[in-house]
Amino acid sequence: MGKIHSVLAGVAALSLAGGPAMSEPAIIYDIGGKFDKSFNESAYNGAETWKEQANGDYREIELQSEAQREQAIRRLAEAGNNPIAMPGFSFGTPLNTVAPEFPDTKFVIIDMVVDQPNVRSVLFKEHEGSYVVGVLAAMASDSGTVGFVGGMDIPLIRKFSCGYVQGVMETNPDARVIQNMTGTTGAAWNDPVKGAELARAQVAEGADVIYHAAGGTGVGVLQAAADAGVLGIGVDANQNYLQPGSVLTSMVKRVGSAVLSAFSDGPELETGIVEMGFADGGISYALDEHNAPLVTDEMKAAADSAVEKIMAGEIMVHNYLTSDSCPYG
Amino acid sequence: MDFATVIQLLDSTLRLSTPLLLACLAGLYSERAGIFDIGLEGKMLASAFFSAAVAAATGSALIGLAAGTAASLALAALHGLASITFRGNQLISGVAINFLASGLTALIGQNWFKLGGRTPALSGDARFLPIDFYFSDTLSTIPVLGPIYSELLSGHTLMVYVAIAAVPATWWVLFRTRFGLQLRAVGENPEAVDTAGLSVTALRYQASLICGLLCGLAGAYLATGMAAGFIRDMTAGKGYIALAALIFAKWRPGYALLACLLFGLLEAVAIRFQNIDVAGVGTVPVQFMQALPYILTVVILAGFIGKAIPPRAGGEPYSKERA
Repeated sequence: MGKIHSVLAGVAALSLAGGPAMSEPAIIYDIGGKFDKSFNESAYNGAETWKEQANGDYREIELQSEAQREQAIRRLAEAGNNPIAMPGFSFGTPLNTVAPEFPDTKFVIIDMVVDQPNVRSVLFKEHEGSYVVGVLAAMASDSGTVGFVGGMDIPLIRKFSCGYVQGVMETNPDARVIQNMTGTTGAAWNDPVKGAELARAQVAEGADVIYHAAGGTGVGVLQAAADAGVLGIGVDANQNYLQPGSVLTSMVKRVGSAVLSAFSDGPELETGIVEMGFADGGISYALDEHNAPLVTDEMKAAADSAVEKIMAGEIMVHNYLTSDSCPYG
Repeated sequence: MDFATVIQLLDSTLRLSTPLLLACLAGLYSERAGIFDIGLEGKMLASAFFSAAVAAATGSALIGLAAGTAASLALAALHGLASITFRGNQLISGVAINFLASGLTALIGQNWFKLGGRTPALSGDARFLPIDFYFSDTLSTIPVLGPIYSELLSGHTLMVYVAIAAVPATWWVLFRTRFGLQLRAVGENPEAVDTAGLSVTALRYQASLICGLLCGLAGAYLATGMAAGFIRDMTAGKGYIALAALIFAKWRPGYALLACLLFGLLEAVAIRFQNIDVAGVGTVPVQFMQALPYILTVVILAGFIGKAIPPRAGGEPYSKERA
């Protein structure tokens, strides 16, 4: 694999050596930062993996404010970078504006559909992953009360919470799920102090497993859960190592592999909608040495059977985005 | 809302008010001496970064606190240099300090830790841990008073108690000591202080440094007490809310405590109850709660609830020669 990539990259480099346009791939990180231990960091790791495998180089921009989105996409496209990846639903509107201006450049957006001929939209079945960690949360909870802390209050995060609640309720119909969102602006992705306060409030109400889908804010959620002696559940990247022994599992969304495959495909990548789930490894729940003592054999069996049933279509997990509502409260 | 929820809410209020209170008292010393300080935010941020960075490196929250305070004092001295010695515009100097702190912390943080401007997560002795009062476990079973003692009063980090103790201490220093009288005089009528043979410059520098010290405590509390590490721009406007609280409190320590507790309570309520249903009005959105401290300050400034009169010589550099 690595060899083929490096050969391809070598060929690409040769063919471009004479031309002025450098066809380096590029990535734009969303607000929250490259090292949020979560969504953006996962994308960053994918880009770094490509760099090692293909021995290539890529450009990156870390956004500081909302106003820079369009400008950043345009700047990279004008500089001849191709393809340009952008993890984050917020890029939807600016990309829809900019993409038609650069018909020869390929764009990859993650978590959002942009209907343009030169855009690949990568979606993840987060609701299914959330369902499975919901099953684990319900089984790990002694109090019968579990919590959810979301980042910015947007339909995508509701998709996480809805799948999670369904997983909890179908495992333990008597369970109670406390849900909170951190805020309604981009700042909600990077506010660990507030995340910790929300987690403390949920613990005070009896929650003993708390799942977060809140980017950098989640670092505070996991911290507060560990401080209070309850369990947290990580998201996007494998966050089990952040508080070893206090993170039940992580709902891993391989944003990195979406970036890696986009970079590997290069300027010739296929556009259209790509949906990643359990079947292709885009979604999984994390098991490693940090959470091994927390996940019993019984829990693992239940989670694995849920994964199989989801793949076989025996469990239908509700997708919030299809109805803009969640039947599970 | 039951009793346990109220206790939880007040407990959260205490935690959230602490950085505001420390920063507010910091501003109080500075402004009482006639130095306006927009740079509370920047000083807190610098202290938050250096306390977390040094605590991460040494594993000791106390050494971190010392480093954070030193950083804040350095910025306070810079503000003093610009606005007292060189008689520059105090507002501009303060704004510059905010920008400087915001940029420098991210830059140095990225250079040192390669974590995008954040410090590694702190654990164990690198953080200020909650202090449990004596008998808090045994007394918690007593109805009403038990939870108040063991949940609300006990179990906070050191800095929460320091902040509350700083309120009567500030009152005593400002209104019961010779130094306090001189400090207030230099903010009201520096010419008189000068005529009495005291150094306006020295007094104002002292006030600036006390301000730096308190901002240092506030920043260290944010990064090593409340959170477990520094993240970029983690002060998130707390310095400005503290300034608002200072105006709201009309530059008096007792009122400052009340104003900060009120603003902390609003924040705690906004965190816990995201949409509040008020009978007859409908749902109050969470954004309204978040904006309320600023709205209240504007109301005060407009003179609806009494008048807020700043120290008379505030914002004006003092020079001996009359122009």
